[in-house]
Amino acid sequence: MAVDTQTVEKLAELARIAISNATIEEVSSRLGDILQLVDQLQAINTDGVIPMAHPLDEVQTLRADAVTETDQRNSFLSLAPQSDEGLYLVPKVID
Amino acid sequence: MHQFTIAEIIRGLRGKEFSSTELTQHLLKRIQQLDSNYNSFITVTEELALNQAKAADERLAAGEAPALCGVPIAHKDIVCTKGIRTSCASKMLDNFIPPYNATIVENLNSAGTVTLGKTNMDEFAMGSSNESSYYGAVKNPWDTNYVPGGSSGGSAAAVAALLVPGATATDTGGSIRQPAALTNTTGLKPTYGRVSRWGIVAYASSLDQAGPIARNAEDVAYLLSAMASHDSKDSTSLDRPQADYTARLNDSVTGLKVGVPKEYFGEGLDGDTAVRVQDALKEFEKLGAELVDISLPHTELAIPAYYVIAPAEASANLSRFDGVRYGHRCEQPSDLRDLYMRSRGEGFGEEVQRRILVGTYALSAGYYDAYYNKAQQVRRLIKQDFMQAFEKVDVIMGPTTPSPAFQLGAKSADPVAMYLEDIYTIATNLAGLPGMSIPCGLVNNMPVGLQITGNYLDEARMLNIAHQYQQVTDWHKASAV
Amino acid sequence: MEWEIVIGLEVHVQLSTESKLFSGASTRFGAAPNTQACAVDLAMPGTLPVPNEQAFRYAIMFGLAMNAEISKRSVFERKNYFYPDLPKGYQTTQLEQPIVGAGEVEIHLEDGGSKKVRLHHAHLEEDAGKSLHEDFHGMSGIDLNRAGTPLIEIVSEPDMRSAAEAVAYLRKIHSIVTYLGISDGDMSQGSLRCDANVSVRLKGEEKLGTRTELKNINSFRFVERAIKVEAERQIDILEDGGSIEQETRLYDADKNETRSMRSKEVANDYRYFPCPDLLPVVLTEEYIEQLRKELPELPDTKAERFQSEFNLSAYDADQLTQDRDSAEYFETVCKSCGEPKLAANWITGELAALLNRKEISIAESPVSATQLAGLITRIKDNTISSKIAKQVFEAICEGEGSADDIIEKRGLKQVSDTGAIEKMVDEVIAASDAQVDNYRRADESKRPKMMGYFVGQIMKASKGQANPQMINKILKEKLDALL
Repeated sequence: MAVDTQTVEKLAELARIAISNATIEEVSSRLGDILQLVDQLQAINTDGVIPMAHPLDEVQTLRADAVTETDQRNSFLSLAPQSDEGLYLVPKVID
Repeated sequence: MHQFTIAEIIRGLRGKEFSSTELTQHLLKRIQQLDSNYNSFITVTEELALNQAKAADERLAAGEAPALCGVPIAHKDIVCTKGIRTSCASKMLDNFIPPYNATIVENLNSAGTVTLGKTNMDEFAMGSSNESSYYGAVKNPWDTNYVPGGSSGGSAAAVAALLVPGATATDTGGSIRQPAALTNTTGLKPTYGRVSRWGIVAYASSLDQAGPIARNAEDVAYLLSAMASHDSKDSTSLDRPQADYTARLNDSVTGLKVGVPKEYFGEGLDGDTAVRVQDALKEFEKLGAELVDISLPHTELAIPAYYVIAPAEASANLSRFDGVRYGHRCEQPSDLRDLYMRSRGEGFGEEVQRRILVGTYALSAGYYDAYYNKAQQVRRLIKQDFMQAFEKVDVIMGPTTPSPAFQLGAKSADPVAMYLEDIYTIATNLAGLPGMSIPCGLVNNMPVGLQITGNYLDEARMLNIAHQYQQVTDWHKASAV
Repeated sequence: MEWEIVIGLEVHVQLSTESKLFSGASTRFGAAPNTQACAVDLAMPGTLPVPNEQAFRYAIMFGLAMNAEISKRSVFERKNYFYPDLPKGYQTTQLEQPIVGAGEVEIHLEDGGSKKVRLHHAHLEEDAGKSLHEDFHGMSGIDLNRAGTPLIEIVSEPDMRSAAEAVAYLRKIHSIVTYLGISDGDMSQGSLRCDANVSVRLKGEEKLGTRTELKNINSFRFVERAIKVEAERQIDILEDGGSIEQETRLYDADKNETRSMRSKEVANDYRYFPCPDLLPVVLTEEYIEQLRKELPELPDTKAERFQSEFNLSAYDADQLTQDRDSAEYFETVCKSCGEPKLAANWITGELAALLNRKEISIAESPVSATQLAGLITRIKDNTISSKIAKQVFEAICEGEGSADDIIEKRGLKQVSDTGAIEKMVDEVIAASDAQVDNYRRADESKRPKMMGYFVGQIMKASKGQANPQMINKILKEKLDALL
């Protein structure tokens, strides 16, 4: 299945990945190859088969409602590219 | 000293033949001298290793040594290590130093291991050749013009080059077994949920599973015994008791029913590789096992299903790398969108970007049913194939890879050709079954791996089978260096 | 043309668990920024979620209170979008298999009527952090303390037909969650947040009009105003021959208008899929039944009981059960004074007016339930009249102590001494020749009315403290003796 560059631009926008004009053709072509590979799935009839999101039929265990974490703000904030007054800084958020 | 297996190291340390410090110093020196040939380490943790070795020696002297006390190992650089950079071989996390340990690191630390460093890998574990690392490709110690396989290529190469006796690794579609096969090492991907995923950077959450790579099945059993645990911090961790995987290594394999799937010996399998695998199967017959022809009819759909499911999960798992709280941030972002677009565009390599885009596509409006849902349906069919097979046989055997290692760069321009490397390993992940690869011969002096796939939680039996094979063969002892 | 407004509400309720939905970090409100954001909340690499059982219990309790189906199998999904207050780049929520399915709730309207509003479903999800827009070197600051706090999102069917109905529904939700104790329901702190889907159509039309979504309306009053003003806007456009654009709008309370939030409109494609880090949550019938048994008495049941046990009118019972604090206040007063009707009148009358004036809740009332009961007891035993009681009530408000203290201190005790009242009656009759004459000559049927004048004079003379029943009795005896 061929993928046009417009589709790639839309995907890149959704995934927030900047793709340069120089490489977009190449990216489109590779994505097309991969989608061609996965399109083999369409050949098989899966009517009535329940999709399997987890390999094992296990069920979720729930945890007790207790505070187990302590404040490690300084340790975490030290990893941030930019922070001030205990906050992570980003370019202005406009609502 | 670098030729010692883990079992030998345990005996040697307890017998006071050498100290952990001596061994650690020796291996650190060896890494320093030789690893420029292989590029198997991203970070070498010399100071930590020597401190841990010293502490291990004290505990050994005091007679209170835990199982793996003083045994040097390395961790794949996707496994979070407190205070030590954990990069996932990505520019995105080049500066990331986690303030916490993965559960497997805690477990191995408690067992007394000494951490020599962090091993190279395909970026975010996406790849089958270890060429997608931000820190450069890893080279196969058997021939440095060849790839070591991936994504755990650094762990496999470091073990094969005798730089470390064992290492942690992860396997999402074959990333332990394929590099083990290509480097003549023994690697095991446990049952999904047997080993905690906490602290291991997620690629595809429903497929990822960590396991060990070492020089033989016995060493893998030692490492797995320490790694496997129930972890309440991982919702998908199985609530099963700790196990000693070395306990049953010497059981007999007489009467073992080995399933041989016809689909694994068809077109696409290299002729010489097929011969080595057939030889290994004959060896099992000699050991008293019975070969049973089986069929796994949906085998060829495993790769297409995987390349929908894994990228879909990855596309969400990797959204957290946004340049806000940690990791790479672009210079001078003009606005929020620019911050995201450029940080991620610069921080992720080509293959990672490709998989995120494929996953985004598969989940997007109008395509979900045709791709994501369809792939999860096919996944169930693949699991059913295995379940039917395990009604008749105890384990399934076949080649780990279609051919021995290929040359560096041979497939890097063609992602789909690269994906086909994992044709025999991927189905195991989709079904969540345990799988391992053991050395079974050489083709033009390059290693070939035999894959053993077991039923759920049958790791002890698989290790026993592999160990018995390694008692009567020497392939695993063949050395690259 | 007659227009009909169609409203559906999406209400987000923060659950009052100790820890977050997927991590062991505290949910306490008001901590210093990012001190309650742990590795999981910050989406540090390799971290994993484990769900909080209490959040499930609370969600199920809510579902049971809404007469809704509880799913024995529920599944978390990922909703993907990038925003700085969303650390993982996806929100963990429920879509295809939410914990609470379809249900129904009865709402009570101001005109005394009631109607049923259908619940589409309610699901569990995690809250996002907060972006602070004060100037940090020209940037925004992100506080992730709130990230991961458990929410239930309650989605109604588009069953409401006026802003008043929407408010009544929202009050009902508020009353249920506070009765259950699963949320503090505090709209000013964002514990309860409301989005409204509003459309209009010509009366009689079956097809729904194009709707707009009003985001984040944070008080009952604003919900009413926002819906009204948005409906008017839509009607104006349609009457001018225009058409409504499906979009998200923000209510500006200062200008009392809604405006488009175009920045949120960039082609959203949330790419929901089941969260692979979490397994299906499977509950047994016994588990759900146990929670049903543990449910506290809910507003509707309580209102019915108030009617039967205390003989209250439907209206009074409904008023008193709207929130748990009022109901508890009423029951405390009743228990202490044994006068349900008087208690109801005072709480819905004087007390409600007072609280309204001061814009405070009953929990903050300056008159405690015990104080009000003390006051009512004195009305009942004729120590004071209802009129004097209002004076005493004001004094209690001012913090002058109990009813007894005030009556004593101010000498407000009702005069019930027969001799004293007879004396006052005699004096007034003696000073009112003309009125007495009129009374004697009047028709039998008109006489009771004419007594009012004398009663007024006597009350005046007693400074309001004479027992009115006794005045009436003695006065009638004495006037009739003059016939």
